[in-house]
Amino acid sequence: MLKILKYSFFDLMRSRWSYVYFLFYLLLGVVLLFLNNDLSKAVITLMNVIIILVPLIGTIFGVMYYYSSREFTELLLAQPVKRSSIFLGQYFGVALSLSLSLIIGLGLPFVFYGIFKSAAIWDFSLLLITGTFLTLIFTALAFIIALANENKIKGFGYAILLWLFMAVIYDGLFLMSLIYFENYPLDKFSLIATMFNPIDLSRVLILLKLDISALLGYTGAVFQKFFGTSLGLIISTGMLALWVAIPIGIIYRMVKRKDF
Amino acid sequence: MIEIEYLHKKFGNNQVLKGIDLEIEKGGIFAILGPNGSGKTTLIKSILGMVIPNSGNIKLDGKIVKGKWEYRNEINYLPQIANFPGNLKVKELINMIKDLRSGTNAEDQHLIELFRLQSFLDKKLSNLSGGTKQKVNLVLTFMFDSPLIILDEPTTGLDPISHLRLKDLILTEKAKGKTILITSHIMSFVEEMAEEIVFLLEGKIYFKGSINELKTKTQQPDFEHAIANILTTSDA
Repeated sequence: MLKILKYSFFDLMRSRWSYVYFLFYLLLGVVLLFLNNDLSKAVITLMNVIIILVPLIGTIFGVMYYYSSREFTELLLAQPVKRSSIFLGQYFGVALSLSLSLIIGLGLPFVFYGIFKSAAIWDFSLLLITGTFLTLIFTALAFIIALANENKIKGFGYAILLWLFMAVIYDGLFLMSLIYFENYPLDKFSLIATMFNPIDLSRVLILLKLDISALLGYTGAVFQKFFGTSLGLIISTGMLALWVAIPIGIIYRMVKRKDF
Repeated sequence: MIEIEYLHKKFGNNQVLKGIDLEIEKGGIFAILGPNGSGKTTLIKSILGMVIPNSGNIKLDGKIVKGKWEYRNEINYLPQIANFPGNLKVKELINMIKDLRSGTNAEDQHLIELFRLQSFLDKKLSNLSGGTKQKVNLVLTFMFDSPLIILDEPTTGLDPISHLRLKDLILTEKAKGKTILITSHIMSFVEEMAEEIVFLLEGKIYFKGSINELKTKTQQPDFEHAIANILTTSDA
């Protein structure tokens, strides 16, 4: 698997898109710092951007890479390499290069601004960790969609729909149900509903750490009340890890049965 | 060498292989023939584990291949359409495949010279013509020393000289005692190379035997007409 990962990773590192992505984050970091002129404020603004954009880029990039590397995959399938190694290697290649662009692109401006001497260093690292988790999750979901659809257009369609659902529609449905069922105790419901959306989960995770109750929202507040800050952090991180592990497991199973 | 029992494969509603029983002995050149869509490529891909059969067994040297991958060290496979990652250079691709099969010796230098590919080594694969891609494909296939060689339409896009060199190459490999499976639609090529043919029709084996046996069976004077005879009588 490591060999495939190596080839996928270097292949991506040579492609234009990794640089575009990297430069985008570099620019974002610089602009945010320039406008806010304050590290912890910049971290909060950044959170809102990351939580929406990282999943979008992870899904699109994942689907795109799967379809464009089909030839490479076909070549590998006839070689003495384990099937799961081929696909997991490619998956980690994509996820790794995306995560690196994110971490280095955002990291550089903040390092030069003096993040290491600031109190916001832990908040910032948590932000990057969450961004990495979101990349891993949404790239895996994108691979599942691409594996299930031979048709590229369909695959892209479903991928965008997935992102739209998780980033926008889910919250809307969630809020609507909260208003509709306001006469009932909704603590448990909202807790569980948050767990089922990695984007919400990441938001709660970061806000718990930042400790800004005004921004926590209903779910965040319930989360904090229910688990307390530190247990809440552990549980939400654990859930994010599950969100990575389960899709990878699904990829593993799908790949075993697929014909090429 | 290869034993196939009761092999079935369905793609959606399309039953491609309908119970193939086939035994291929070690050594020699075997041609798998059949009209378009008769299941030749599916059969080959099943042997390679790229297509997973719905039922039936495939054994290589007595061992069931399902779910395994190590056995592909013993197979050189030439895919039908040379689809390569376009952003790699020829040299990088060859080195990559060598790296993936590390542990076996690769004889690529002599093949690159044979197919006159030296000047293309630093070119990207997306910039190569169809015939040159097929030559790269041939180098990748023949550079390892494996007992089983599977060639899916090896002559596609080749110029007459390369065609001749390919024939020589196949004959040298055969002389080393290797088993070679070929599919092709070029009957003169098959007639010249193959010792035994397997004729697939609608997912079943219609005929297995030597070319002479086929001629007597269909009562036709030459091979091309014998094949045409099978196709027309089976349609009627």
